[in-house]
Amino acid sequence: MTNSFEIDGITVPFSNGQTIMDAALTAGIYIPHLCHNPEFKPHGSCRLCTVLINGRSVAACTTPAGEGIVVENETHELVTQRRLLLKLLFVEGNHTCPGCEKSGACQLQAVAYHCGMLAPEFVHFYPKRSIDASHPDTIIDFNRCILCELCVRASRDSDKKAVFNISGRGIQAHLTIDSPSGKLADSAFNSSDKAARVCPVGAILPKHKGYNIPIGQRLYDQAPISQVGDVAKHQEVADE
Amino acid sequence: MIADDAPQSTTHMTSTGDGSAHELLQRLIELQQTYHHIPWTEIERLSRQLSLSQSHIVGVIEFYSFLHTTHQGEYEIFISDNITDQMQGSRLLAELLAKGLGIEIGTTRADKRVSLNYTSCIGMGDQGPAALINGYTLTALTTERINQIIQRVDASTPLDQWPRSLFEVSSKTRRKDIILNSEYIPGAAIAAGLKNGPTSLLNQLEQSGLRGCGGAGFSTASKWRFCAAADAEKRFVVCNADEGEPGTFKDRYLLQAHTDRLIEGMTLCAAVIGSSTGFIYLRGEYRYLLQPLNEILEQRRKAGLLGQSILGQANFNFDIKIHLGAGAYICGEESALIESLEGKRGIPRSRPPFPVTQGYCGFPTVVNNVETFCNAAMIAQRGPEWFRQVGTPASPGTKLLSISGDCERPGIYEFPFGTSIRDILHACGAQQTLAVQIGGAAGRMIPATEFNRTIAFEDISTGGSFMIFNQNRELLRAIENFTHFFRHESCGFCTPCRVGSSLLAKQLSKVMVGHATAKDLDEMSILGSLMQKTSHCGLGQTAANPILDGLGKFPSLFQSRLRATSFEPAFDLDASLEEARLLTGRDDPDAHLEGGGV
Ligand SMILES: Cc1cc2nc3c(=O)[nH]c(=O)nc-3n(C[C@H](O)[C@H](O)[C@H](O)COP(=O)(O)O)c2cc1C
Ligand code: SF4
Ligand code: SF4
Ligand code: FES
Repeated sequence: MTNSFEIDGITVPFSNGQTIMDAALTAGIYIPHLCHNPEFKPHGSCRLCTVLINGRSVAACTTPAGEGIVVENETHELVTQRRLLLKLLFVEGNHTCPGCEKSGACQLQAVAYHCGMLAPEFVHFYPKRSIDASHPDTIIDFNRCILCELCVRASRDSDKKAVFNISGRGIQAHLTIDSPSGKLADSAFNSSDKAARVCPVGAILPKHKGYNIPIGQRLYDQAPISQVGDVAKHQEVADE
Repeated sequence: MIADDAPQSTTHMTSTGDGSAHELLQRLIELQQTYHHIPWTEIERLSRQLSLSQSHIVGVIEFYSFLHTTHQGEYEIFISDNITDQMQGSRLLAELLAKGLGIEIGTTRADKRVSLNYTSCIGMGDQGPAALINGYTLTALTTERINQIIQRVDASTPLDQWPRSLFEVSSKTRRKDIILNSEYIPGAAIAAGLKNGPTSLLNQLEQSGLRGCGGAGFSTASKWRFCAAADAEKRFVVCNADEGEPGTFKDRYLLQAHTDRLIEGMTLCAAVIGSSTGFIYLRGEYRYLLQPLNEILEQRRKAGLLGQSILGQANFNFDIKIHLGAGAYICGEESALIESLEGKRGIPRSRPPFPVTQGYCGFPTVVNNVETFCNAAMIAQRGPEWFRQVGTPASPGTKLLSISGDCERPGIYEFPFGTSIRDILHACGAQQTLAVQIGGAAGRMIPATEFNRTIAFEDISTGGSFMIFNQNRELLRAIENFTHFFRHESCGFCTPCRVGSSLLAKQLSKVMVGHATAKDLDEMSILGSLMQKTSHCGLGQTAANPILDGLGKFPSLFQSRLRATSFEPAFDLDASLEEARLLTGRDDPDAHLEGGGV
């Protein structure tokens, strides 16, 4: 006998130790997420995957599935919440989609479409952030970093290098690179690293490949994120 | 009788290096004290010694308010900036100090002699305005005292030659009840615990109904029981002495005046759960307590109440180490506290697992507030009926309150649970009270119409902060102060709190300067409710309380400051024409936009 629980009325099987997110991914149910990638330890920081269990808000990516629980996912209230969270991410960074090389294959943009976010609502912070183009094969645009820490986890846990780190506190929190100069070129980073292929947005990008795939023919131009899932998964396939 | 798996030996504990990464924060605090910043050569050295990357170390430095990579002054001064300090004139005194030292607030003087900053509440609400100088507390500041400080900084007088009176922290109590009126007999609780065994002790605690005094009110007996039941080879006892909630200072009082009760409570917990190591996580702001605390630990070791073979029991070894914080309110949250104990950035963990099953270094850990341990010790001594003789059925016993703000007698008060706010206000001599902020910045703002409500877990629960505002106060100033506090203290881990706390502060500034419209108020309440519902930890979940309570209970505060227009741009159109006017030399009416361009 397998265990099961419910997401928006659909019965979802799970095995012990699985989170709500794990079980949903296995069952092909889309719960919006940005900081989650099943290859890495769940993080729970973007809060986009917030769902309700018996009226209580929890992050689906860090909460264990439980027998018979009733999970609400795509309700009006939760979609509205997610739209607000997405707006906050846009407020905090500098995201100019029309001029971004990641446009069409960016998870932030794709989730925003999924949640029906059409226009900004709050005053943006327009922070002054830099670009690190020191590395021959990879560029980092800090303007677009959403602090999901996927590169941090990938570099530490898969590449065993710990090239990326978070420093600062609160709104000053920011991504740092472990090298004497703080530049990527002086770090142990290599463009074949796992960390080079996990960024859900256009903050870590390969050089020399700009616009190889024309806008209009990119992943989320073809199908919505709720059907095709994470961009990292597809990148992996394309690389092989 | 103690739990069977109590380890046989305990290492002697001091705050200096066992060479593990867990020492990082303590090492950084020492370096900051020595050099007034963390020199790069030391970061390199630590990186080699502790096998940590340099960017990891910088990440830790930049998390804590009292650690810096840039040079601070030989005298590092932090002025406590809680609303109660401000009500006692702290802002003016800070400006006087800045002027006298020839320095801007928020900077280090060019000769590196002195640096001056504001900091979150340092726990001296009953004797403010207060400040820290190289970690040591200056109390009851006046213009006269400010001048004394300026002179000594100018003369480079070493701190140990400054008048002691500047550093005096009073530990006076204003009202005592069963806990503070009871005599404590050293070792009696431990002896009773050893004699009757852990099960009987847990039953006593259970019958007493003791609930955590840090604010959440979780049953102490259940917490200890869960921890004891978790399958593991080691367990830890941690005292949460971070007391970061603005307006609270009752733990400071207990740490200073009732240290023995606290240590007895921790030792008792160790006996029950089977632990050989405990920690007191002492907020950096209470550094002046470090030495006296260590002395009492030493006395108790000598008296056979701590260390090896406690009370002659061959297999009962338990010792306590003090770990300092470095200016981060979030480290009062129990899982962030554990991260900090491990030398890391204080980012709250995902729960489950809870600390009772996976805490310090992944081992089952009890984290309790100072007052909780003190009460546990007294309950073991006097029995559960004694504790239950006051309070309410759901909230037995008493609560220590830290009362500050507009009243004749601020200070420490012990009241039975169930006491009404009105009675408390009467006891401390508060008059014409407009509102009380109960539970600190994260707590609730209570208007006069609700003063018949009571302090109890089933009504208004509090960790002990009780700040009073009279009718001459502008409550919006308090709301602004608390909102800025959260913006400063958000750890930055999760989206709603990291961005939301900044955005709320911005929106509120718009209200304060009279530029907000009704739409801005709507946005603030939408944001606030988003933060409550989606934040990763209690900080973000409560950070909007001041604004939400203000909007809900004192709407006129906001409405009276609104613009009549339905929309207000984020910038002032007319002001942005100023540069053009200067360039063209025009200042005629046609060169101006009426009403800021709206
Ligand atoms: C942001 C935040 C700050 C906290 N600060 C403190 C604190 O300074 N002292 C404290 O005892 N508990 C604090 N707590 C509560 C602790 O997480 C924890 O519940 C408490 O230490 C448990 O002890 P108790 O059961 O004895 O109350 C805080 C919680 C949060 C969310
Ligand atoms: S660079 Fe990309 S992967 Fe790394 S934290 Fe920022 S958004 Fe996440
Ligand atoms: S709610 Fe705030 S303090 Fe808590 S984890 Fe999120 S950002 Fe950090
Ligand atoms: S995906 Fe769950 S919090 Fe980010």
